[in-house]
Amino acid sequence: MTSLPKPSSSAKLGLVIDLDICVGCHACVVNCKEWNTGGYGNALSDQDPYGADVSGAWLNRIHTFEVVPEGGEIIGEEGDARVVHFPKSCLHCEDAPCVTVCPTGASYKRAEDGIVLVDEDKCIGCGLCAWSCPYGAREMDVAAGVMKKCTLCIDRIYNDTFEEVDRVPACVRTCPAKARHFGDLGDPESDLSKLVAERGGVDLMPEQGTRPVNKYLPPRPRSTLASKAGALTAENTDGASGFFSWLDGMLERL
Amino acid sequence: MHPAYSIIFFTTVSGFGYGLAAVLGFGMLDAGAVSTKVAHFTALAFISAGLLSSTLHLGNPQRAWRAFSQWRSSWLSREGVMAILTFVPLCAGAWLSIFEGRYVAWIGLTGTALSLITVYCTSMIYASLKSIYAWHTPVTSLAYLLFAAAGGLSLACVFAVFSGDLPALLIVACMAALAFAWVTKTMWRNRLKQDQSPSTPETATGLGGIGKVKLLERPHINENYLTREMGYRVARKHADKLSLLSLIFGCLIPIGLLFLVLLADEASIGALGLATAALVSHALGVVTERWLFFAEARHAVMNYY
Repeated sequence: MTSLPKPSSSAKLGLVIDLDICVGCHACVVNCKEWNTGGYGNALSDQDPYGADVSGAWLNRIHTFEVVPEGGEIIGEEGDARVVHFPKSCLHCEDAPCVTVCPTGASYKRAEDGIVLVDEDKCIGCGLCAWSCPYGAREMDVAAGVMKKCTLCIDRIYNDTFEEVDRVPACVRTCPAKARHFGDLGDPESDLSKLVAERGGVDLMPEQGTRPVNKYLPPRPRSTLASKAGALTAENTDGASGFFSWLDGMLERL
Repeated sequence: MHPAYSIIFFTTVSGFGYGLAAVLGFGMLDAGAVSTKVAHFTALAFISAGLLSSTLHLGNPQRAWRAFSQWRSSWLSREGVMAILTFVPLCAGAWLSIFEGRYVAWIGLTGTALSLITVYCTSMIYASLKSIYAWHTPVTSLAYLLFAAAGGLSLACVFAVFSGDLPALLIVACMAALAFAWVTKTMWRNRLKQDQSPSTPETATGLGGIGKVKLLERPHINENYLTREMGYRVARKHADKLSLLSLIFGCLIPIGLLFLVLLADEASIGALGLATAALVSHALGVVTERWLFFAEARHAVMNYY
Protein backbone atom coordinates (compact mmCIF):
# COMPACT_ATOMS: atom_id res chain seq x y z
CA MET A 1 0.00 0.00 0.00
CA THR A 2 1.34 3.38 -0.93
CA SER A 3 -1.13 5.31 1.17
CA LEU A 4 0.72 6.55 4.24
CA PRO A 5 0.11 4.19 7.18
CA LYS A 6 -1.35 5.18 10.49
CA PRO A 7 1.68 4.95 12.80
CA SER A 8 1.44 1.89 15.04
CA SER A 9 3.79 3.39 17.60
CA SER A 10 5.15 6.81 18.49
CA ALA A 11 8.62 5.82 17.23
CA LYS A 12 10.10 8.01 14.51
CA LEU A 13 13.59 6.76 13.80
CA GLY A 14 15.86 9.21 12.08
CA LEU A 15 19.11 11.13 11.98
CA VAL A 16 20.24 14.42 13.41
CA ILE A 17 23.09 16.04 11.51
CA ASP A 18 25.25 18.66 13.15
CA LEU A 19 26.33 21.19 10.54
CA ASP A 20 28.55 22.89 13.11
CA ILE A 21 31.04 20.06 13.26
CA CYS A 22 30.76 18.19 9.97
CA VAL A 23 34.19 18.50 8.37
CA GLY A 24 33.10 17.26 4.94
CA CYS A 25 35.42 14.24 4.91
CA HIS A 26 32.92 12.07 2.94
CA ALA A 27 33.58 9.07 5.24
CA CYS A 28 29.81 8.66 5.77
CA VAL A 29 29.29 8.78 2.00
CA VAL A 30 31.83 6.05 1.38
CA ASN A 31 30.75 3.81 4.26
CA CYS A 32 27.11 4.19 3.21
CA LYS A 33 27.96 3.01 -0.28
CA GLU A 34 30.15 0.21 1.04
CA TRP A 35 27.52 -1.12 3.47
CA ASN A 36 24.52 -0.75 1.19
CA THR A 37 26.10 -2.19 -1.94
CA GLY A 38 26.25 -5.52 -0.10
CA GLY A 39 23.18 -5.11 2.10
CA TYR A 40 19.49 -4.45 1.53
CA GLY A 41 18.32 -5.10 -2.05
CA ASN A 42 20.32 -4.78 -5.24
CA ALA A 43 23.94 -3.64 -5.23
CA LEU A 44 24.56 0.09 -5.72
CA SER A 45 25.97 -0.04 -9.21
CA ASP A 46 28.43 2.32 -10.86
CA GLN A 47 28.56 3.03 -14.55
CA ASP A 48 31.94 3.39 -16.26
CA PRO A 49 33.54 2.88 -12.82
CA TYR A 50 37.17 3.22 -13.91
CA GLY A 51 36.57 5.58 -16.83
CA ALA A 52 36.45 9.31 -17.20
CA ASP A 53 32.66 9.53 -17.01
CA VAL A 54 32.09 7.56 -13.80
CA SER A 55 28.74 7.86 -12.09
CA GLY A 56 26.61 5.68 -9.86
CA ALA A 57 23.86 5.44 -7.28
CA TRP A 58 24.65 6.94 -3.87
CA LEU A 59 22.28 7.19 -0.94
CA ASN A 60 24.18 9.90 0.88
CA ARG A 61 26.05 12.83 -0.65
CA ILE A 62 27.88 15.79 0.84
CA HIS A 63 27.45 19.22 -0.66
CA THR A 64 29.64 22.09 0.44
CA PHE A 65 28.08 25.54 0.62
CA GLU A 66 29.44 29.00 1.16
CA VAL A 67 27.12 31.13 3.28
CA VAL A 68 27.65 34.87 3.03
CA PRO A 69 25.91 37.20 5.50
CA GLU A 70 24.67 40.65 4.48
CA GLY A 71 27.73 42.84 3.83
CA GLY A 72 30.07 39.87 4.24
CA GLU A 73 31.47 40.03 0.73
CA ILE A 74 34.58 41.90 1.92
CA ILE A 75 36.75 39.87 4.28
CA GLY A 76 37.01 41.27 7.79
CA GLU A 77 34.26 43.88 7.42
CA GLU A 78 30.63 43.00 8.32
CA GLY A 79 30.07 39.30 9.03
CA ASP A 80 32.24 36.53 7.68
CA ALA A 81 31.38 34.09 4.94
CA ARG A 82 31.46 30.53 6.20
CA VAL A 83 31.86 27.19 4.57
CA VAL A 84 29.28 24.60 5.63
CA HIS A 85 29.60 20.93 4.73
CA PHE A 86 26.15 19.52 4.22
CA PRO A 87 25.49 15.74 4.19
CA LYS A 88 22.18 14.89 2.54
CA SER A 89 20.28 11.60 2.61
CA CYS A 90 16.63 10.54 2.93
CA LEU A 91 14.81 12.48 5.65
CA HIS A 92 12.15 9.74 6.18
CA CYS A 93 9.37 12.35 5.94
CA GLU A 94 6.12 11.92 7.83
CA ASP A 95 4.18 13.14 4.77
CA ALA A 96 6.45 11.42 2.27
CA PRO A 97 5.33 12.37 -1.27
CA CYS A 98 7.56 9.60 -2.69
CA VAL A 99 5.32 7.02 -1.04
CA THR A 100 1.93 8.24 -2.22
CA VAL A 101 2.97 8.76 -5.87
CA CYS A 102 4.22 5.19 -6.28
CA PRO A 103 1.91 3.33 -8.70
CA THR A 104 2.93 -0.18 -7.67
CA GLY A 105 3.11 -0.20 -3.88
CA ALA A 106 6.89 -0.67 -3.99
CA SER A 107 7.52 2.55 -2.07
CA TYR A 108 6.20 2.41 1.47
CA LYS A 109 6.54 3.83 4.96
CA ARG A 110 6.72 1.47 7.91
CA ALA A 111 3.98 1.99 10.49
CA GLU A 112 6.15 0.78 13.37
CA ASP A 113 9.14 3.12 13.08
CA GLY A 114 8.48 5.47 10.15
CA ILE A 115 11.32 4.22 7.95
CA VAL A 116 10.64 4.79 4.22
CA LEU A 117 11.68 1.81 2.09
CA VAL A 118 11.47 0.48 -1.45
CA ASP A 119 10.40 -3.11 -2.09
CA GLU A 120 12.69 -3.62 -5.06
CA ASP A 121 10.80 -6.68 -6.33
CA LYS A 122 7.75 -4.49 -6.94
CA CYS A 123 9.57 -1.42 -8.29
CA ILE A 124 9.07 -0.81 -12.04
CA GLY A 125 11.69 1.95 -12.16
CA CYS A 126 9.33 4.68 -13.40
CA GLY A 127 11.26 7.32 -11.44
CA LEU A 128 8.18 9.25 -10.32
CA CYS A 129 9.13 8.98 -6.62
CA ALA A 130 12.48 10.63 -7.38
CA TRP A 131 10.61 13.43 -9.14
CA SER A 132 8.31 13.91 -6.17
CA CYS A 133 11.14 14.20 -3.62
CA PRO A 134 12.29 17.82 -3.24
CA TYR A 135 15.49 16.66 -1.51
CA GLY A 136 16.92 14.37 -4.19
CA ALA A 137 17.05 11.51 -1.70
CA ARG A 138 16.25 8.83 -4.27
CA GLU A 139 18.47 7.69 -7.09
CA MET A 140 17.74 5.14 -9.79
CA ASP A 141 20.10 2.21 -9.96
CA VAL A 142 20.68 2.14 -13.71
CA ALA A 143 21.90 -1.47 -13.74
CA ALA A 144 19.00 -2.97 -11.76
CA GLY A 145 16.36 -0.53 -13.01
CA VAL A 146 14.98 0.02 -9.53
CA MET A 147 14.92 2.99 -7.19
CA LYS A 148 17.47 3.09 -4.37
CA LYS A 149 17.27 5.11 -1.19
CA CYS A 150 18.52 5.30 2.38
CA THR A 151 17.11 2.41 4.46
CA LEU A 152 18.38 3.93 7.70
CA CYS A 153 20.51 0.74 7.60
CA ILE A 154 17.52 -1.32 8.64
CA ASP A 155 19.78 -4.37 8.32
CA ARG A 156 22.10 -2.97 11.03
CA ILE A 157 19.86 -1.19 13.54
CA TYR A 158 17.73 -4.27 14.32
CA ASN A 159 20.58 -6.77 13.96
CA ASP A 160 20.87 -8.70 17.25
CA THR A 161 24.07 -10.38 16.15
CA PHE A 162 25.82 -7.00 16.20
CA GLU A 163 27.28 -5.45 19.29
CA GLU A 164 25.15 -2.60 20.65
CA VAL A 165 27.61 0.03 19.42
CA ASP A 166 27.25 -1.18 15.84
CA ARG A 167 23.45 -1.12 15.79
CA VAL A 168 23.38 2.32 14.17
CA PRO A 169 23.40 3.32 10.49
CA ALA A 170 26.76 2.93 8.75
CA CYS A 171 27.09 6.71 8.24
CA VAL A 172 26.63 7.37 11.97
CA ARG A 173 29.02 4.60 13.01
CA THR A 174 31.81 5.84 10.76
CA CYS A 175 31.61 9.61 11.29
CA PRO A 176 34.98 10.61 12.83
CA ALA A 177 33.69 13.99 13.98
CA LYS A 178 30.47 12.68 15.59
CA ALA A 179 28.44 14.99 13.41
CA ARG A 180 25.74 12.38 12.85
CA HIS A 181 23.36 11.03 15.47
CA PHE A 182 20.76 8.27 15.25
CA GLY A 183 17.75 7.70 17.45
CA ASP A 184 14.04 8.07 18.09
CA LEU A 185 12.79 11.54 17.27
CA GLY A 186 9.23 10.57 18.20
CA ASP A 187 10.19 10.39 21.89
CA PRO A 188 10.50 13.93 23.28
CA GLU A 189 12.63 12.57 26.17
CA SER A 190 15.24 10.88 23.93
CA ASP A 191 18.77 12.29 23.88
CA LEU A 192 18.26 13.09 20.24
CA SER A 193 15.06 15.10 20.78
CA LYS A 194 16.76 17.01 23.61
CA LEU A 195 19.72 17.78 21.37
CA VAL A 196 17.39 19.10 18.67
CA ALA A 197 15.52 21.27 21.18
CA GLU A 198 18.74 22.62 22.72
CA ARG A 199 20.43 23.47 19.41
CA GLY A 200 17.35 24.64 17.54
CA GLY A 201 17.31 21.84 14.95
CA VAL A 202 15.54 22.69 11.71
CA ASP A 203 13.57 20.98 8.93
CA LEU A 204 14.81 21.28 5.36
CA MET A 205 12.35 22.99 2.99
CA PRO A 206 9.47 23.04 5.51
CA GLU A 207 7.40 24.86 2.86
CA GLN A 208 7.20 21.64 0.86
CA GLY A 209 4.94 20.20 3.57
CA THR A 210 6.82 16.91 3.80
CA ARG A 211 7.42 17.08 7.59
CA PRO A 212 10.90 15.49 7.59
CA VAL A 213 11.88 13.33 10.57
CA ASN A 214 15.61 14.04 10.20
CA LYS A 215 16.75 17.34 11.66
CA TYR A 216 19.75 19.56 10.93
CA LEU A 217 21.53 21.47 13.67
CA PRO A 218 22.60 24.88 12.33
CA PRO A 219 26.22 26.00 12.81
CA ARG A 220 26.80 27.83 16.09
CA PRO A 221 27.37 31.59 15.82
CA ARG A 222 31.00 32.66 15.58
CA SER A 223 32.68 35.89 16.62
CA THR A 224 33.56 37.76 13.46
CA LEU A 225 37.03 38.28 12.08
CA ALA A 226 36.44 42.03 12.26
CA SER A 227 35.94 41.97 16.05
CA LYS A 228 39.15 39.97 16.54
CA ALA A 229 41.13 42.06 14.10
CA GLY A 230 40.15 45.24 15.95
CA ALA A 231 41.82 44.01 19.15
CA LEU A 232 44.98 42.95 17.34
CA THR A 233 45.66 46.26 15.61
CA ALA A 234 44.91 48.60 18.54
CA GLU A 235 46.06 52.16 17.88
CA ASN A 236 46.27 53.50 21.45
CA THR A 237 48.51 52.45 24.34
CA ASP A 238 46.33 53.62 27.27
CA GLY A 239 46.34 50.26 29.03
CA ALA A 240 50.14 49.77 29.01
CA SER A 241 51.87 49.25 32.38
CA GLY A 242 55.31 48.41 33.81
CA PHE A 243 58.04 47.91 31.24
CA PHE A 244 55.67 48.56 28.35
CA SER A 245 54.54 51.87 29.90
CA TRP A 246 58.23 52.95 30.20
CA LEU A 247 58.94 51.77 26.60
CA ASP A 248 55.84 53.62 25.39
CA GLY A 249 57.12 56.81 27.03
CA MET A 250 60.65 56.40 25.59
CA LEU A 251 59.30 55.80 22.09
CA GLU A 252 57.07 58.86 22.37
CA ARG A 253 60.16 61.03 23.05
CA LEU A 254 62.06 59.87 19.99
CA MET B 1 13.44 18.41 -15.96
CA HIS B 2 14.93 16.08 -18.54
CA PRO B 3 12.65 15.99 -21.60
CA ALA B 4 12.53 12.20 -22.24
CA TYR B 5 11.35 11.48 -25.78
CA SER B 6 9.26 8.49 -24.69
CA ILE B 7 7.25 10.68 -22.30
CA ILE B 8 6.89 13.55 -24.80
CA PHE B 9 5.67 11.03 -27.40
CA PHE B 10 3.33 9.40 -24.90
CA THR B 11 1.68 12.59 -23.67
CA THR B 12 1.24 14.14 -27.13
CA VAL B 13 0.16 11.05 -29.07
CA SER B 14 -2.19 9.74 -26.38
CA GLY B 15 -3.51 13.31 -26.03
CA PHE B 16 -4.40 13.39 -29.74
CA GLY B 17 -5.87 9.87 -29.48
CA TYR B 18 -8.05 10.58 -26.46
CA GLY B 19 -9.05 13.95 -27.94
CA LEU B 20 -10.19 12.29 -31.16
CA ALA B 21 -11.98 9.55 -29.21
CA ALA B 22 -13.76 12.23 -27.15
CA VAL B 23 -14.92 14.04 -30.32
CA LEU B 24 -16.07 10.76 -31.92
CA GLY B 25 -18.07 10.04 -28.76
CA PHE B 26 -20.29 13.03 -29.52
CA GLY B 27 -21.28 11.41 -32.82
CA MET B 28 -20.56 14.52 -34.85
CA LEU B 29 -19.09 12.46 -37.69
CA ASP B 30 -21.21 10.14 -39.85
CA ALA B 31 -20.74 6.73 -38.18
CA GLY B 32 -21.18 4.90 -41.49
CA ALA B 33 -18.55 6.85 -43.44
CA VAL B 34 -15.29 5.08 -44.23
CA SER B 35 -13.31 8.04 -42.86
CA THR B 36 -15.11 7.76 -39.49
CA LYS B 37 -14.25 4.07 -39.31
CA VAL B 38 -10.62 5.00 -39.97
CA ALA B 39 -10.90 7.74 -37.34
CA HIS B 40 -12.04 5.21 -34.71
CA PHE B 41 -9.10 2.98 -35.60
CA THR B 42 -6.70 5.95 -35.53
CA ALA B 43 -7.86 7.00 -32.06
CA LEU B 44 -7.31 3.52 -30.65
CA ALA B 45 -3.95 3.20 -32.43
CA PHE B 46 -2.71 6.56 -31.09
CA ILE B 47 -3.81 5.71 -27.54
CA SER B 48 -2.18 2.27 -27.68
CA ALA B 49 1.05 3.60 -29.18
CA GLY B 50 1.20 6.30 -26.50
CA LEU B 51 0.63 3.85 -23.65
CA LEU B 52 3.20 1.42 -25.02
CA SER B 53 5.82 4.15 -25.40
CA SER B 54 5.22 5.21 -21.79
CA THR B 55 6.56 1.83 -20.69
CA LEU B 56 9.81 2.39 -22.62
CA HIS B 57 11.37 4.56 -19.93
CA LEU B 58 10.70 2.02 -17.17
CA GLY B 59 13.61 0.23 -15.51
CA ASN B 60 11.57 -2.99 -15.23
CA PRO B 61 8.71 -2.86 -17.80
CA GLN B 62 7.85 -6.54 -17.23
CA ARG B 63 6.36 -5.50 -13.87
CA ALA B 64 4.24 -2.69 -15.36
CA TRP B 65 1.02 -4.57 -14.49
CA ARG B 66 1.69 -3.76 -10.84
CA ALA B 67 1.01 -0.10 -11.63
CA PHE B 68 -2.75 -0.79 -11.63
CA SER B 69 -2.76 -1.49 -7.89
CA GLN B 70 -2.28 1.86 -6.13
CA TRP B 71 -5.15 3.94 -7.52
CA ARG B 72 -6.08 5.05 -4.02
CA SER B 73 -3.07 7.35 -3.72
CA SER B 74 -1.16 7.52 -7.02
CA TRP B 75 -2.20 9.52 -10.08
CA LEU B 76 0.07 7.38 -12.25
CA SER B 77 -1.80 4.29 -11.11
CA ARG B 78 -5.17 6.04 -11.62
CA GLU B 79 -4.11 6.91 -15.15
CA GLY B 80 -3.27 3.27 -15.85
CA VAL B 81 -6.59 2.04 -14.48
CA MET B 82 -8.57 4.70 -16.36
CA ALA B 83 -6.71 3.95 -19.60
CA ILE B 84 -7.79 0.31 -19.42
CA LEU B 85 -11.38 1.16 -18.43
CA THR B 86 -11.61 3.71 -21.26
CA PHE B 87 -10.74 1.04 -23.82
CA VAL B 88 -14.10 -0.67 -23.11
CA PRO B 89 -16.48 2.03 -24.46
CA LEU B 90 -13.95 3.14 -27.09
CA CYS B 91 -13.61 -0.37 -28.50
CA ALA B 92 -17.40 -0.85 -28.35
CA GLY B 93 -17.92 2.47 -30.17
CA ALA B 94 -15.28 1.54 -32.75
CA TRP B 95 -16.90 -1.86 -33.31
CA LEU B 96 -20.32 -0.26 -33.83
CA SER B 97 -18.92 2.20 -36.36
CA ILE B 98 -16.53 -0.08 -38.20
CA PHE B 99 -18.69 -3.21 -38.47
CA GLU B 100 -22.26 -1.94 -38.06
CA GLY B 101 -21.96 1.65 -39.24
CA ARG B 102 -23.94 3.04 -36.31
CA TYR B 103 -23.49 5.37 -33.39
CA VAL B 104 -24.95 4.67 -29.95
CA ALA B 105 -25.09 7.83 -27.89
CA TRP B 106 -24.64 6.42 -24.38
CA ILE B 107 -21.62 4.34 -25.40
CA GLY B 108 -20.08 7.27 -27.27
CA LEU B 109 -20.63 9.75 -24.46
CA THR B 110 -19.27 7.29 -21.87
CA GLY B 111 -16.15 7.02 -24.03
CA THR B 112 -15.89 10.82 -24.19
CA ALA B 113 -16.19 11.19 -20.42
CA LEU B 114 -13.68 8.44 -19.65
CA SER B 115 -11.21 9.76 -22.27
CA LEU B 116 -11.26 13.18 -20.66
CA ILE B 117 -10.87 11.69 -17.17
CA THR B 118 -7.84 9.71 -18.39
CA VAL B 119 -6.21 12.87 -19.80
CA TYR B 120 -6.97 14.59 -16.49
CA CYS B 121 -5.22 11.75 -14.63
CA THR B 122 -2.18 12.13 -16.91
CA SER B 123 -2.06 15.85 -16.19
CA MET B 124 -2.35 15.25 -12.44
CA ILE B 125 0.79 13.08 -12.47
CA TYR B 126 2.60 16.35 -13.15
CA ALA B 127 0.28 18.84 -11.44
CA SER B 128 0.39 16.90 -8.15
CA LEU B 129 4.18 17.25 -7.76
CA LYS B 130 4.83 20.03 -5.28
CA SER B 131 8.58 19.67 -5.86
CA ILE B 132 8.21 21.16 -9.36
CA TYR B 133 6.73 24.63 -8.95
CA ALA B 134 5.97 25.19 -12.66
CA TRP B 135 3.77 22.08 -12.80
CA HIS B 136 2.05 22.37 -9.42
CA THR B 137 -1.03 24.29 -10.54
CA PRO B 138 -4.56 23.43 -11.79
CA VAL B 139 -3.64 25.33 -14.99
CA THR B 140 -1.46 22.31 -15.93
CA SER B 141 -4.55 20.08 -16.01
CA LEU B 142 -6.61 22.67 -17.88
CA ALA B 143 -3.88 22.98 -20.51
CA TYR B 144 -3.60 19.19 -20.96
CA LEU B 145 -7.39 18.88 -21.40
CA LEU B 146 -7.58 21.79 -23.84
CA PHE B 147 -4.64 20.50 -25.88
CA ALA B 148 -6.30 17.06 -26.07
CA ALA B 149 -9.53 18.74 -27.23
CA ALA B 150 -7.75 20.92 -29.78
CA GLY B 151 -5.74 17.97 -31.14
CA GLY B 152 -8.80 15.71 -31.30
CA LEU B 153 -10.87 18.37 -33.05
CA SER B 154 -8.04 19.06 -35.53
CA LEU B 155 -7.94 15.35 -36.40
CA ALA B 156 -11.75 15.19 -36.60
CA CYS B 157 -11.80 18.14 -39.03
CA VAL B 158 -9.48 16.26 -41.38
CA PHE B 159 -11.63 13.10 -41.24
CA ALA B 160 -14.83 15.13 -41.76
CA VAL B 161 -13.48 16.96 -44.81
CA PHE B 162 -12.14 13.64 -46.16
CA SER B 163 -15.63 12.19 -46.02
CA GLY B 164 -16.87 15.10 -48.16
CA ASP B 165 -18.37 17.06 -45.33
CA LEU B 166 -17.77 20.66 -44.22
CA PRO B 167 -19.20 20.73 -40.69
CA ALA B 168 -19.03 24.41 -39.66
CA LEU B 169 -19.78 23.62 -36.01
CA LEU B 170 -16.84 21.19 -35.76
CA ILE B 171 -14.43 23.61 -37.44
CA VAL B 172 -15.48 26.56 -35.28
CA ALA B 173 -15.24 24.36 -32.16
CA CYS B 174 -11.71 23.39 -33.23
CA MET B 175 -10.68 27.04 -33.71
CA ALA B 176 -12.13 27.90 -30.29
CA ALA B 177 -10.32 24.97 -28.62
CA LEU B 178 -7.04 26.01 -30.26
CA ALA B 179 -7.44 29.57 -29.00
CA PHE B 180 -8.41 28.55 -25.44
CA ALA B 181 -5.57 26.01 -25.28
CA TRP B 182 -2.94 28.58 -26.14
CA VAL B 183 -4.38 31.31 -23.92
CA THR B 184 -4.19 28.81 -21.05
CA LYS B 185 -0.67 27.82 -22.03
CA THR B 186 0.45 31.43 -22.10
CA MET B 187 -0.96 31.95 -18.60
CA TRP B 188 0.86 28.79 -17.49
CA ARG B 189 4.19 29.95 -18.92
CA ASN B 190 3.89 33.43 -17.41
CA ARG B 191 3.53 31.79 -14.02
CA LEU B 192 6.61 29.66 -14.74
CA LYS B 193 8.65 32.69 -15.74
CA GLN B 194 7.71 34.61 -12.60
CA ASP B 195 8.86 31.55 -10.59
CA GLN B 196 7.61 32.37 -7.12
CA SER B 197 8.63 28.99 -5.77
CA PRO B 198 8.93 29.24 -1.98
CA SER B 199 11.94 26.92 -1.99
CA THR B 200 15.39 28.51 -2.25
CA PRO B 201 18.94 27.40 -1.45
CA GLU B 202 18.37 29.09 1.93
CA THR B 203 15.27 27.04 2.84
CA ALA B 204 16.80 23.90 1.32
CA THR B 205 19.81 24.04 3.63
CA GLY B 206 18.22 25.77 6.63
CA LEU B 207 21.19 28.18 6.54
CA GLY B 208 19.22 31.29 5.49
CA GLY B 209 19.55 32.66 9.04
CA ILE B 210 23.29 33.12 8.48
CA GLY B 211 23.18 34.59 5.01
CA LYS B 212 23.00 33.92 1.33
CA VAL B 213 23.76 30.31 0.36
CA LYS B 214 25.69 29.28 -2.71
CA LEU B 215 27.24 25.99 -3.73
CA LEU B 216 30.99 25.85 -3.22
CA GLU B 217 31.57 22.22 -4.13
CA ARG B 218 29.14 19.68 -5.51
CA PRO B 219 29.17 16.16 -4.06
CA HIS B 220 30.82 14.57 -7.09
CA ILE B 221 32.67 16.11 -10.00
CA ASN B 222 30.59 14.29 -12.64
CA GLU B 223 26.90 14.32 -13.46
CA ASN B 224 24.70 11.98 -11.42
CA TYR B 225 21.15 10.62 -11.76
CA LEU B 226 19.70 13.68 -10.08
CA THR B 227 21.47 16.28 -12.21
CA ARG B 228 20.78 14.33 -15.41
CA GLU B 229 17.10 13.77 -14.61
CA MET B 230 16.25 17.05 -12.89
CA GLY B 231 19.03 19.44 -13.74
CA TYR B 232 18.16 19.93 -17.40
CA ARG B 233 18.78 23.54 -18.45
CA VAL B 234 17.58 25.25 -21.58
CA ALA B 235 18.95 28.61 -22.66
CA ARG B 236 16.33 31.25 -21.87
CA LYS B 237 16.67 33.01 -25.22
CA HIS B 238 16.10 29.72 -27.04
CA ALA B 239 13.18 28.84 -24.79
CA ASP B 240 11.49 32.15 -25.59
CA LYS B 241 11.96 31.60 -29.31
CA LEU B 242 10.72 28.01 -29.15
CA SER B 243 7.72 29.13 -27.13
CA LEU B 244 6.86 31.76 -29.75
CA LEU B 245 7.31 29.20 -32.54
CA SER B 246 5.05 26.72 -30.75
CA LEU B 247 2.40 29.45 -30.43
CA ILE B 248 2.65 30.34 -34.15
CA PHE B 249 2.66 26.74 -35.42
CA GLY B 250 0.37 25.31 -32.78
CA CYS B 251 -2.27 28.02 -32.73
CA LEU B 252 -2.10 30.92 -35.19
CA ILE B 253 -1.37 28.99 -38.40
CA PRO B 254 -3.99 26.25 -37.74
CA ILE B 255 -6.66 28.83 -36.86
CA GLY B 256 -5.87 30.73 -40.08
CA LEU B 257 -5.94 27.56 -42.20
CA LEU B 258 -9.18 26.35 -40.62
CA PHE B 259 -10.74 29.77 -41.31
CA LEU B 260 -9.91 29.23 -44.99
CA VAL B 261 -11.53 25.77 -44.81
CA LEU B 262 -14.63 27.44 -43.40
CA LEU B 263 -14.72 29.78 -46.42
CA ALA B 264 -14.48 26.88 -48.91
CA ASP B 265 -17.64 26.09 -50.90
CA GLU B 266 -17.22 22.35 -50.89
CA ALA B 267 -15.05 19.68 -49.32
CA SER B 268 -12.53 19.71 -52.16
CA ILE B 269 -8.99 18.40 -52.26
CA GLY B 270 -7.90 21.95 -51.46
CA ALA B 271 -10.02 22.05 -48.30
CA LEU B 272 -8.64 18.65 -47.27
CA GLY B 273 -5.11 19.94 -47.84
CA LEU B 274 -5.77 22.99 -45.68
CA ALA B 275 -7.28 20.93 -42.85
CA THR B 276 -4.36 18.48 -42.99
CA ALA B 277 -1.84 21.32 -42.98
CA ALA B 278 -3.63 22.78 -39.93
CA LEU B 279 -3.34 19.42 -38.16
CA VAL B 280 0.36 18.96 -38.97
CA SER B 281 1.17 22.52 -37.94
CA HIS B 282 -0.73 22.09 -34.67
CA ALA B 283 1.05 18.80 -33.97
CA LEU B 284 4.44 20.47 -34.50
CA GLY B 285 3.46 23.24 -32.10
CA VAL B 286 2.25 20.76 -29.45
CA VAL B 287 5.44 18.67 -29.59
CA THR B 288 7.50 21.84 -29.09
CA GLU B 289 5.21 22.92 -26.27
CA ARG B 290 5.53 19.53 -24.59
CA TRP B 291 9.32 19.56 -24.90
CA LEU B 292 9.38 22.97 -23.21
CA PHE B 293 6.92 21.72 -20.55
CA PHE B 294 9.67 19.43 -19.32
CA ALA B 295 12.81 21.34 -20.28
CA GLU B 296 11.77 24.60 -18.63
CA ALA B 297 10.44 23.13 -15.36
CA ARG B 298 12.82 23.59 -12.46
CA HIS B 299 12.96 20.97 -9.72
CA ALA B 300 13.37 21.93 -6.04
CA VAL B 301 16.39 19.61 -5.70
CA MET B 302 18.36 21.99 -7.90
CA ASN B 303 18.50 24.32 -4.89
CA TYR B 304 21.28 22.01 -3.70
CA TYR B 305 23.25 22.19 -6.98
